[in-house]
Amino acid sequence: MATKTRTVEVALGTAGVDADGRAVRTPMTVTENGAVSTLEPPPLGPAPELQGEHMLINIGPQHPATHGVLRLVLELDGETVVRCVPHIGYLHCGFEKIGEYRQYNQIIPWTDREDYLNSIGNNVAFSIGAERLFGVEVPPRCTVLRVIAMELSRIISHLVWLGTTCIDLGAFTPFLWSFQERENVYNLLESWVGARLTTSATRVGGMAADIPDGWVEQLRNFIRTFPRTVDECDRMLTRNGIWVGRTTGLGVMSSDEAINYGLSGPMLRASGVAYDVRKDFPYLDYETYDFEVPVGSHGDVYDRYLVRMEELRQSTRILAQAVDRLPEGPVNSSDHRVILPPKSRAMSDMESMIHHFKQVMEGPRPPVGEVYVPVESPKGEKGYYFVSDGTAKPVRWRIRPPSYVNLSAIPKMVEGHLLSDVIAINASIDIVMGEIDR
Amino acid sequence: MPGSAIPDAPAPSTPRNLPEKGGTANPSAAAIAAKFGNAYIRSEVVWGDTTVYVRPDSVLEIVRWLHDDASQRYDYLSDVTAVEYRDPEQEMEVVWHLRSLPYRRFLRLKAPLAKGAPLAVDSVWPVYKGADWIERECYDMFGITFRGHPDLRRILMWETYREGFPLRKDFPLRGRFSRAEQLRQALSITTEGRYSMEELSVAQAFEDLPEEMRRRLAGGERTGE
Repeated sequence: MATKTRTVEVALGTAGVDADGRAVRTPMTVTENGAVSTLEPPPLGPAPELQGEHMLINIGPQHPATHGVLRLVLELDGETVVRCVPHIGYLHCGFEKIGEYRQYNQIIPWTDREDYLNSIGNNVAFSIGAERLFGVEVPPRCTVLRVIAMELSRIISHLVWLGTTCIDLGAFTPFLWSFQERENVYNLLESWVGARLTTSATRVGGMAADIPDGWVEQLRNFIRTFPRTVDECDRMLTRNGIWVGRTTGLGVMSSDEAINYGLSGPMLRASGVAYDVRKDFPYLDYETYDFEVPVGSHGDVYDRYLVRMEELRQSTRILAQAVDRLPEGPVNSSDHRVILPPKSRAMSDMESMIHHFKQVMEGPRPPVGEVYVPVESPKGEKGYYFVSDGTAKPVRWRIRPPSYVNLSAIPKMVEGHLLSDVIAINASIDIVMGEIDR
Repeated sequence: MPGSAIPDAPAPSTPRNLPEKGGTANPSAAAIAAKFGNAYIRSEVVWGDTTVYVRPDSVLEIVRWLHDDASQRYDYLSDVTAVEYRDPEQEMEVVWHLRSLPYRRFLRLKAPLAKGAPLAVDSVWPVYKGADWIERECYDMFGITFRGHPDLRRILMWETYREGFPLRKDFPLRGRFSRAEQLRQALSITTEGRYSMEELSVAQAFEDLPEEMRRRLAGGERTGE
């Protein structure tokens, strides 16, 4: 008896994903009452007759999904968030107060500890600001090294964001991949400045150290291998039904809202505003590098993920260009107001020794004035504001913390969503409590 | 979209060899001087950034105009902070860092608060929602009251913090109270002290509290964060 074959069609569709596995998106719409949505409105059924109490839920400060010591007090109606009150300050150390009692170079170790995923980027940002206040220019090699430092730092920060967000949403594998790559970057930093996390890599007017021999080859190796990891994570997540389902349509901010709330970085760009400090208020010659600013169109958690993934690739592009153009020459400015004399001369030459002593004990003095220098940190626009009265210690050292301002929009983003979505939205902000509480 | 208001302008570039004083002033400074003659005090350009000094009672009006006017369009609030100088004779200043994304401009507004007068300015929260936490921090650290702020309470320090305002120059680096007193206060905070009264009253949580706790809270005892 001949066997008959028959075909069975099995629907493999997942909600929120089309037949090719792409996220089903609807354009961002603003309704008449000002609400923003990227999801089709659910069909209105009869109103439930159940009457229940609102419930108060406290998340944090010791909760793994709050990325540190954030505490959210949520008022819930069933599973829906009615109100969210964030409480911060559990990590407040008074950095700005301490800075008023330190010379400029002595503040640099504090900048490591504020946004601790971006410590070398903070060092660079601080030095750019202080140099503008002192009126010091740095040599070209230093500028290019700083670009490398900033982009490596952006890669570290985004990788930690990617890994921890995956864990928050229940995916473990990309966490391991991204943290493995992060180790590679930390190895590079360790062989450059001797520290992995608290780098203190810059000084006012230069760098703490030039890169060691063979470092450029290690960096080229990283640039060659790193995009493969990004692609793997991309394949794992971007068209993954669970990932798409848990991230689309959540925490939507329209462009106008995002600007008005002062959001910056990937949070702002995911809402469709192409504001990037590197393009709009350049520093470190960023205008001479060829890179794109990725912009989202829906302003939800999924778009923030897409923007950050693309920024990883763009940072790699910038790194490749910076390595190619890295010039020879000194890394420190020749301005003796801020730079110490070489150790060999300080130990053998009387004038150099006096100079060294006065620089260390009294510290360099900037002229009376003030500067606010913003940079594009991985979290957004980070600015250091210095006010000097002509003494060796700033009158005011203010950090403009991007994740602090981004986090302040969380009540607006979570209200109306489910409790489980609060975790996804909170993760998408990319908060570092060290920077928020300072 | 950044730069959309100046289509033919050259691409921005890294500033070099900025003069310490002087240089090209932001045109908004002259516009403020022309429009708000009474409120305008002076303006200066320091290291390439324009600072406009204005009187504190007209800040909200000026900021609203800067935000709304088609020739200014300062749509982005970077920062609000304050500066107290070491010289006790010098006035404390409140600083706003405004940014116009369409024109790619940056402007620093400063309002000196007269000696002896109450430390208070209008909140810019009605114009920029992002001012919420930034102004709360400024209040927390300097004790400056932002009139019209929807929820002006401490943010980084806890609500029952009694030592004063940490970033003021008369505040010692180690705090006002002794370590023993600080520890005693920290240990004496009760569980409900971690919630604000408003939060406890939500969701009948208040009804579930022990009788003694309810009595104290109803009697107006302040709770913290």
